Amino acid sequence: MNAWLTQHGKALTWALRRLTAAPVNTLLSLLAIGVALALPAGGQMLLGNALQFARSTGNDNATPQISLFLSLNADRKAADGIAARLRNLANAKDVRFVSRDDALKRMQAGEGLAEVIAALPKNPFPDAFVVKPRDESPAAIEKMRDEISRWAKVEHVQLDSTWVRRLDAMLRLGRTGVALLTLLLGLGLVAITFTTIRLQILSQRAEIEVSRLLGAAESFIRRPYYYFGALQGLAGGAVAWLIVMGMTGVLSGPVAEVALLYNTSVTLTPLAALDAMLLLVLAGGLGWLGAALSLGQHTQV
Amino acid sequence: MIRFEHVTRRYPPGIDALANVSFSIESGELVLLGGHSGAGKTTLLKLLAAIERPSGGTVLINGQNVGAMKRAGIPYLRRKLGLVFQDQKLLFDRNAFENVMLPLAIAGFAPKDAAKRVRAALDKVGLLAREKAMPIALSGGEQQRLAIARAVVSRPAILLADEPTAHLDPETAKDVAAIFHGFHQVGVTILIATYDDELFAASASQRLILNHGRMESAPA
Repeated sequence: MNAWLTQHGKALTWALRRLTAAPVNTLLSLLAIGVALALPAGGQMLLGNALQFARSTGNDNATPQISLFLSLNADRKAADGIAARLRNLANAKDVRFVSRDDALKRMQAGEGLAEVIAALPKNPFPDAFVVKPRDESPAAIEKMRDEISRWAKVEHVQLDSTWVRRLDAMLRLGRTGVALLTLLLGLGLVAITFTTIRLQILSQRAEIEVSRLLGAAESFIRRPYYYFGALQGLAGGAVAWLIVMGMTGVLSGPVAEVALLYNTSVTLTPLAALDAMLLLVLAGGLGWLGAALSLGQHTQV
Repeated sequence: MIRFEHVTRRYPPGIDALANVSFSIESGELVLLGGHSGAGKTTLLKLLAAIERPSGGTVLINGQNVGAMKRAGIPYLRRKLGLVFQDQKLLFDRNAFENVMLPLAIAGFAPKDAAKRVRAALDKVGLLAREKAMPIALSGGEQQRLAIARAVVSRPAILLADEPTAHLDPETAKDVAAIFHGFHQVGVTILIATYDDELFAASASQRLILNHGRMESAPA
């Protein structure tokens, strides 16, 4: 165990020394990896913010919600019953009651409508509920609508499903784009590592040959290069993260201006911690993979 | 300890570097391997360290068939051998101490024990004072002695040396030969490919002579 730790420690320090031995080369490699990974990571960040922005533009339609209208003959007791049932729904996040009197008052306040309403013999508005769902996927919302519309005393259930569907499709498009970028630029990272490891192997030919003659196992010879690849990937991932943080900083001013024009107070949130972690793990892993491919090609006996 | 049975090593196109070579070396012997340049001395040593494989016949070390060994087993075989190469194969980007440390690092020695052993090996070849020197700063004789220190640092039971005194002036060659005598006296089995038979004659128990890949009579 101790010898094993020593060997890994040595491989790690070797890799660090090699990385710092040629700072300009290392810096350029890291920048290449960083820029490549900043694209999908930045995309992920913008996607998260776009969603938040769409939600907060103040437009009621931006948050999917279900409106249900009770029949006119439903009394207060029936409305209370419906309210309780709604609150018991697993997918209901928020239930708001709009009584028929409230609806009437609000309409009377509306310009030009007061006279029309005054001309009516009685209050034409039913009691209503506005429900905000927890799961905003179209399928979940439609399922909820179908369930509610089967209840007694419920006259009509209205759901702005086109908006929900549009938002959902846009998000899917964005996610697919980010996934494609990740795939392509991940391949780029593997290629970059492949080449840098190849150069390292070529410059260490003598050491590899002598080590083999002195009884070094393949794992001993390859281990430092795996560390090199993984470290380079990890550091490149960190550079990508810094780039995205910088992007967030630069964009937050203009975003705030746009938000002001839309009457909201959206601020650009940086890449989520989980996404940042994923970025680093992915970068390190892909570096390791590039090293493995390069070792397979370039250290054959 | 070492046995060759009808060993042939053929290089394309049909050139026999070694042809039907048989001999055996007992434990503790110091054996000289002679013959003209290109007679197959280096090839023979390479077969022992599994750097090359025989085209025919059997190479045995301690009863183990080296020629048929699986690739994964070869590193462990080499760790039991001390190898002194014709071109020394020192690493010029590390100092004397680090060069001698390499076999121990490969074998996974604890750093503290390893450092002690490295200093003992350097002391044995008279280079203890120069442990920080880079190989380029060492004379030819010192480089050769450094290569020997690296070969013996893991205390192998078998030491194989390819022309260890070539390119050395007579005085330096004598010093190097004395080092081999020393190892012979503590019971190491030694096989030396050399032209300088006289240097090692005092300790040698066998002289194997190769002639165009064939073994000539081997007088004791």
